[in-house]
Amino acid sequence: MATKKTSLRGLGAKFLDGAEPLIRALIYASGWSSIVFVAAIFFFIFREAWPILPRVNWGEFFFTNDWVPVPAEGNKASYGAMSMMYGTISVTIVSMVIAVPLGLGAAVYISEFATGKVKESFKVLIELLAAIPSIVWGFIGLVVLNPIIQDVFGVAVGVNLLNGSIVVAFMAVPMIVSISEDALRAVPDTYREAALALGASKWQIVYKVLFPAAKNGLLAACMLGVGRAVGETMAVLMATGNGMVIPENFANPAILLDKVRTLTATIVSELPDSVHGGDHYRMLFVIGIVLLVFSVVINVTSDIIVKGVKGDQKNA
Amino acid sequence: MSDTETDELSIRTRNLSLWYGNFQALYDVSVDIKPNIITSLIGPSGCGKTTLLRCFNRINERYGNVTTKGEVQILGENIYTEAVALAELRKSVGMVFQRPNPLPISIEKNILFGVRSHSRRSDLPASRREELIESALTEVSLWNELKDNLKRKATTLTLEQQQKLCIARLLPLKPDIILMDEPCSALDADGIERIEELISDLKDRYTIVIVTHNMAQARRASDECIYMYLGEIKEHAPTMELFMNPKNEQTAMYIEGRYG
Repeated sequence: MATKKTSLRGLGAKFLDGAEPLIRALIYASGWSSIVFVAAIFFFIFREAWPILPRVNWGEFFFTNDWVPVPAEGNKASYGAMSMMYGTISVTIVSMVIAVPLGLGAAVYISEFATGKVKESFKVLIELLAAIPSIVWGFIGLVVLNPIIQDVFGVAVGVNLLNGSIVVAFMAVPMIVSISEDALRAVPDTYREAALALGASKWQIVYKVLFPAAKNGLLAACMLGVGRAVGETMAVLMATGNGMVIPENFANPAILLDKVRTLTATIVSELPDSVHGGDHYRMLFVIGIVLLVFSVVINVTSDIIVKGVKGDQKNA
Repeated sequence: MSDTETDELSIRTRNLSLWYGNFQALYDVSVDIKPNIITSLIGPSGCGKTTLLRCFNRINERYGNVTTKGEVQILGENIYTEAVALAELRKSVGMVFQRPNPLPISIEKNILFGVRSHSRRSDLPASRREELIESALTEVSLWNELKDNLKRKATTLTLEQQQKLCIARLLPLKPDIILMDEPCSALDADGIERIEELISDLKDRYTIVIVTHNMAQARRASDECIYMYLGEIKEHAPTMELFMNPKNEQTAMYIEGRYG
């Protein structure tokens, strides 16, 4: 028996001796690959846009609304992308106005009010909601929301800013819920107990104790929702009507029923028709750079906020 | 016992039993706690002393699987009835916890948290708020240390200051009873001494019930002492009597340190 034991141990050691460096190399490679991928994305997008960058008329790009990539004979192409930026920004703002209260409310409910089976099933459902492909949300915008908006507002076409924003809001809600719920759950239970023992009601505990204590995590959740709204493409393309319009009066709520077109929707709808290597093609990559800058700014901001959360917890 | 005596009691329980799910943590506890003295609850871990303490402000119930039978009277009123408003109960029965747990907001907001939950904004003008903050902090002898830093986040204070603040924030609510669950267990020897001094200063104005693991503390800092074992009250006597001349065999063994 003693010999058997020894031989087994020897085998194990030999096996590990050979595998250890290989496994280590694989793990290193997976870690570094993420950096390589990010670098590659920047490289390829810049490479495609590069030849046109010195010739881009940035004033026209940011501040005019004439996007005529394929002009009539004899005319010059123009690349005014202001309406698309308006599209992206307006879809982001309106969708967040819907998604943030909904997401925070659901997170508070799941973390503070629901118990037992209800709590568990809500968590599973929210995860399920996050797994629905964006094209399915696009269908919902087109098939479900479109006629509802037509009926409710008496408009001829129901694919518009409001429709797209509702769709994006539903896509962002699961993310906002799960991150906010984590943030609320991370608040030490002793805080709830302290407030309860002072006679505070459950709602008072939520807004006077939990919101301030989880503030950074909740903010980070919202920022990630914003990132989702900025980057969303297919569902938005299907639900916003895809029209390049800038409203004259931003105070008029009827602008919710106007068509919009986002930066992402422009790329996906025009890239297949553009001439590879042509100016139009390269301008679409310039839009890609703008989106990339948007999302880097959003991610860095939310990262800084999340770091703030960790710092706070150390002090507590 | 005559009615007049009953009325004078701060806390009176009759046949109080409590279950966490199927586990019975308290068995027919009947105890009378007198006003304006310090009563300590001692006994080995798991004997139910914290559970009993947490019945007095009904904070046990937040876990949802708690069943309580019997009666708890606070100042002559049964608190285990439908009619009792928990917010009002917790206003007159304050609680200090084992780990200092100031809220992660400023010192002054911590002190005002309780009153703000119980009153309208218009009832608390700035002058009234300042008055409450100063008197609460003075009563726990923190005013001189902290008066220039009232906006500081309470979680950045030392543990001793935090625990004093946790006592101070009860005071604006004008409680009758203060429950303390091992209030010194997170502190060092100096901190313990100063918190004990503070507790004995407070007993003129408040009834204090303190759970402690530390027998020496029960002995030096309390007037009456209750010994609990396995969810039952074994002995309740003036502290000196209980320590010098325990009636119960188990009490004697426990205070001699032969178990627990």
